[in-house]
Amino acid sequence: MKRDIFSATEPEQLAMPVSRRDHIQGPANAPLTLLEYGDFECPVCGMAYAVVKTLQQNLRHRLRFVFRHFPMTNVHPHAEHAAEAAEAAGARGAFWEMHDLLFENQEALEDEDLLEYAAALGLDTSAVLAEIEAGAYAGRLREDFMSGVRSGVNGTPTFFINGLRYEGSFDAESLMGALVETAEPEI
Amino acid sequence: MKTGTNQEHGNQSRYNRLYPKGRKANALAAGSAAPDFTLKSTPDQSVSLSEFKGQRVVLAFYPADWSPVCGDQMTLYNEILPEFQKLGAELLGISVDGVWCHAAFARHRKLHFPLLSDFEPKGAIARTYRVYRDGDGVSERALFVLDREGIIHWSYVSPIGVNPGAAGILAALEDLQKKEREVTA
Repeated sequence: MKRDIFSATEPEQLAMPVSRRDHIQGPANAPLTLLEYGDFECPVCGMAYAVVKTLQQNLRHRLRFVFRHFPMTNVHPHAEHAAEAAEAAGARGAFWEMHDLLFENQEALEDEDLLEYAAALGLDTSAVLAEIEAGAYAGRLREDFMSGVRSGVNGTPTFFINGLRYEGSFDAESLMGALVETAEPEI
Repeated sequence: MKTGTNQEHGNQSRYNRLYPKGRKANALAAGSAAPDFTLKSTPDQSVSLSEFKGQRVVLAFYPADWSPVCGDQMTLYNEILPEFQKLGAELLGISVDGVWCHAAFARHRKLHFPLLSDFEPKGAIARTYRVYRDGDGVSERALFVLDREGIIHWSYVSPIGVNPGAAGILAALEDLQKKEREVTA
């Protein structure tokens, strides 16, 4: 495969390592890092959301979860504003709360819905709206997106386990199996 | 649809059933001149490769319009268009679908780049790039990155059911840009 001759970044590897810029759940020294490139309006990401919750409950402090945006804005017309809303919440310390609300309400992602979620989280809705409308976090979203493209992401959701692309299916059992295998390769 | 790469594997086996005749493609390789072509992009407009002389070009051959959205190659490339443009490249999608099919597909996915119709004689251009699947009636999922002189700088044939993403295209375009800078420096 000729792709190898430009192997500055192997496509199966995460091109941009996890760092302080990222939204992270779980301890920094967890032996396992699961990273998702996702889109709040993608139905398969919505299904994967519940799976990730299960994995987090099972693995607890052994798992660190990272979410990066990969909005397909032309086919998912609400994805960009939803991602902006998550970042606006993140700037106010509530990224994960908004992340959860968005995935739990994928069928309601109009701007007025986003503001309702912001209000439910006790955020200043007029400030959040102004940021969404201005695309205040567009640079951040694009950086997430392009880091995915550089890592060979070709659709959503795409998962990486400890920096390597996960190749299996999205059910809890398969993902759990891959995580356990990564943590205990000898067993 | 429940899977990721499993989705890809599932996709690949579906494509293998749909297009069982393909042999290993012997696509035109780096260093070859890209054969010129003129193909319809809409019912009353045509696009010729020679129009792009002086620009970099990405040719993305793909088997058919209307593959599932979350993993669709053209939908992904549509999102990456600004980066291709920053690297001085025009993107052209090519399949054997007819112009009306392309028009409906492009409108549905809000595509902002031309889809060319390699329709009559069917697959003639895919054949000249050696990425036509005889017997299956479609082209491979094949990428060609051309330099400003119309020479192939990089080519890649993906398994027909697997969206190859864009990391390889971006790397090839950056490599071209770097080489050009070295020449002018």
